[in-house]
Amino acid sequence: MLPKLFFGYYAVVILFLSMLVVTRKNPVHSVMWMLLLFFHIAGLYLFLNAEFIAAIQVIVYAGAILVLFLFVVLLLNLKEELKIDRFIGSWPAAFVIASATFVLVSIALKSMVLGPPGKYTVDFIKQETHTKALGQLLYTEFLFPFEIASLILLVAVIGAIVLAKRKLRS
Amino acid sequence: MVPLNWYLTLSAAVFMIGMFGFLTRKNIIIMFMSVELMLNAVNISLVSFSHYLQDMRGHILVFFIVTVAAAEAAIGLAIIIALFRNKQTAHVNEMDEMKG
Repeated sequence: MLPKLFFGYYAVVILFLSMLVVTRKNPVHSVMWMLLLFFHIAGLYLFLNAEFIAAIQVIVYAGAILVLFLFVVLLLNLKEELKIDRFIGSWPAAFVIASATFVLVSIALKSMVLGPPGKYTVDFIKQETHTKALGQLLYTEFLFPFEIASLILLVAVIGAIVLAKRKLRS
Repeated sequence: MVPLNWYLTLSAAVFMIGMFGFLTRKNIIIMFMSVELMLNAVNISLVSFSHYLQDMRGHILVFFIVTVAAAEAAIGLAIIIALFRNKQTAHVNEMDEMKG
């Protein structure tokens, strides 16, 4: 009973906050609601025994990405932003598409059959600790993708500087 | 124990809210935030799959998704800054130079 209650709280709050993020007129409010949303998602990860994922959710998403968003939002002309319509004219069509896709996914979920469980049981992770288990997998089986991830970050760093720079010397 | 379907339904609902936001908002920054919302929805479903299948690969995938999301945020926001410099607007309906 208690786990379901917990999940219910998180589900309701996450849904409500994501609606707020999408519908608020003031982008600064959107960013603030999104901060709260990310903390709740991190709570859900903790609930699923993924403490390292919860930590990077808070550190990377809430700590880095949202601060970046906030900086860019502050460039906006908020006075003009509050005057105009927030949605495009044909938003009911998008609403129909989104709800129809949701119904489709819910129907498809009914026929889902899970595969056989692996070796990372809750007790195993508890004994090994989550970060250690994840790190061991990441540095052995997924070493090459891990290196590619570092390359992606390097490209992002250089690309962001090149794009945001005022003018490159020819 | 909470059934897996509840998590997947929550994830689908958050994804659809993000999709709705991406399709309808005029402000390009909010559209971008909707993309982040969709990535988070996928992360929820991956972590719950991982927990119920007792497999760590979902967590690895979430790790890479967070990496790509960080790179995407940096590049995307740099593009938005470059856009501001040229157009002085953040509304996608005003960017119609490519229209014939």
